[in-house]
Amino acid sequence: MPPAVRIENLTKHYFLESVAVRALRGVTLTVNHGEFVAIMGPSGSGKSTLLNLLGCLDRPTSGRYILGDDDVSRMNDDRLSEIRSRYLGFIFQSYNLLPQYTVVENIEIPLLYQGCRINEKTRSRCIQLADLVGLADRLEHRPMQLSGGQQQRVAIARALVNDPHVILADEPTGNLDSKTSDEIMQMLIRLNAAGKTIIMVTHENDIAAWAKRVIRMRDGVIEADEPNAQPRTAQEVSSAFVSTLNSLMSASMR
Amino acid sequence: MEKHLLLWDKSRRSFVLALRSLWLHKLRSFLSVLGIIIGTVSVITLMAFGEGNMHDALEDIKRQGATNLIVRSVKPSDDATNQRRTMTLNYGLTYADYDQFLVLDSIVSSVPMRYFPQEIRNLHRMFNGRVVGTTPGYQNVNRIDLVEGRFLMDSDEIDEPGDDNELRNVVVLGSDVAEALFPFQTAVGKSVVLNKHQFVVVGVLKDRSSLTTGGLSEDFNSDVYIPLSTCRGRYGEKIFIRQSGSRSGEQVELHQVTVTISDMSKVRDAGKVITDQLERSHFKKDWSVTVPLDRLEEAERARNRGLVLLFFIAMISLTVGGIGIMNIMLATVTERTREIGIRRALGAKRSDITLQFLIEATVQTSVGGILGTIVGIGLVFVLPWASALLLSMHLPAHLKWQPVALSISVACFVGVVFGLYPAFRASRLDPIEALRHD
Repeated sequence: MPPAVRIENLTKHYFLESVAVRALRGVTLTVNHGEFVAIMGPSGSGKSTLLNLLGCLDRPTSGRYILGDDDVSRMNDDRLSEIRSRYLGFIFQSYNLLPQYTVVENIEIPLLYQGCRINEKTRSRCIQLADLVGLADRLEHRPMQLSGGQQQRVAIARALVNDPHVILADEPTGNLDSKTSDEIMQMLIRLNAAGKTIIMVTHENDIAAWAKRVIRMRDGVIEADEPNAQPRTAQEVSSAFVSTLNSLMSASMR
Repeated sequence: MEKHLLLWDKSRRSFVLALRSLWLHKLRSFLSVLGIIIGTVSVITLMAFGEGNMHDALEDIKRQGATNLIVRSVKPSDDATNQRRTMTLNYGLTYADYDQFLVLDSIVSSVPMRYFPQEIRNLHRMFNGRVVGTTPGYQNVNRIDLVEGRFLMDSDEIDEPGDDNELRNVVVLGSDVAEALFPFQTAVGKSVVLNKHQFVVVGVLKDRSSLTTGGLSEDFNSDVYIPLSTCRGRYGEKIFIRQSGSRSGEQVELHQVTVTISDMSKVRDAGKVITDQLERSHFKKDWSVTVPLDRLEEAERARNRGLVLLFFIAMISLTVGGIGIMNIMLATVTERTREIGIRRALGAKRSDITLQFLIEATVQTSVGGILGTIVGIGLVFVLPWASALLLSMHLPAHLKWQPVALSISVACFVGVVFGLYPAFRASRLDPIEALRHD
């Protein structure tokens, strides 16, 4: 089985008013299935650029990026959209739910763009996912009617619905208080324990402490890449959660 | 197959979303589609009232008789009439011509007329009107109604003019004449004096001015009608008109003959035959043949020109509405940049974004078109009623389904055309930039 993510000597240059900005200057990284990686670094270190590239929202200036079995570094826009809808899940700092849609409809969006017909089966899967993240009683609510933590749970369910190779989380707790942050991180830990690969960008040591592996970046290169000897221990992950999640994932429409 | 169903799924979702956001921002949506609404309303009402107006005008011409031919006597211009003032000018249609017309087998009826100005008196009251000597057929050909009494009858005519005592001195008055000579009283049964002869009033006509529009400006209401034979007997064949001190006389047997043809398709042929006949029997061009059917066709051409003009006006107003939609869609794209970024991150292709915004624009303009249609149809029914009630003015409206279908489909089309550029702009947004937008 190939690694979930393999990038080789990745570079990215921008032009900001005709001044070249070298955001990434050769990053090589491999993330295996089931890993929980935190990427840290000060602002301007290139971690956001790296996350955008990992998320197939952008193309590298040079280097290779292999996601699962696909070399995505030279794909055109439509193919990248397809890759995003099939193999990637996104969790954003500001949740990024669509305000016009209900909770269930928000969870469904990736399926719609994946080329999946929305029917009873997919609808019931979305409801089960909402249940899994603890929002069973909020299905018909709009994002505005939910707390920050609840909105982020919806985003997590949305990131899971297409059974992605990798879940990319960009400061997932940045807008949350510490108690809610803990809940969200517990949720991510549980997903990881059930086998999901997670790459998370954060600048908080507290949050990075949950991850099993921490990558530190500076000036567009990886400065340090080491396993977290003692990740913060989560609550006991129930086997019921794992089996429910796995059954939902295997029922995936792919 | 699967692909089409998927497209349908996406479209339906965008459609529902579009309706939902339309409902969410009611006032804003209303203002943005106001241009379309006004455009549609103007198309439907302009078309309906324009059509109604034309329709009425055409009906008027038809009432005059699309199956009629009007043959008139015309004073020839070649003679130096001014030098021979006292001489009697002899021209025009003759009784022989009239008899010859009757030979045509497509003729249903033929009504001869003589007319000349005449003072009409009742005691001290006097009215300068026009005497028309004609036959009972005049009533049918000109479709005239009476307020009281009767029109001329066959028994009013006598076959052999000459015996003065046999002539029947009966007269039918036009509405203005009756009004002037017999104010506030019944005219029927009373008598008037025409050229020193007493005539008994047997009928009064209804006001005929409403029947004529536009080109025909003859004032029928100051006409009085007497039997043709009486006219010949009492006046003779010569008519003298005083003109600034000098007398000029003319001898005209018949001023006009209105020929009714059985079928509209035979009118032109009959016109030709009559023209040929007159050309052979008259040495000078002292007659003319008018075919109202030609006027009808001319009016129809004018109507089509008017409709094309209205159509262009309507298109302009709908275009203005479309520009409003484009403006609001561009604003919407900016406002919803973040949403576009989210959708792109979750796997939406550029074409998905284009489709979504195109559907939104089209839904907006279509809803505007439908609202405008409802208002427009409402106006078409309400305005004539209101104008009849408040201004006592007849406002004809004629609603056809074509302008309705046209304006709704044009509204949809406007949505597609003017939504295209904003939708394209939306699809071109960079997902990273869009996600960062707030």
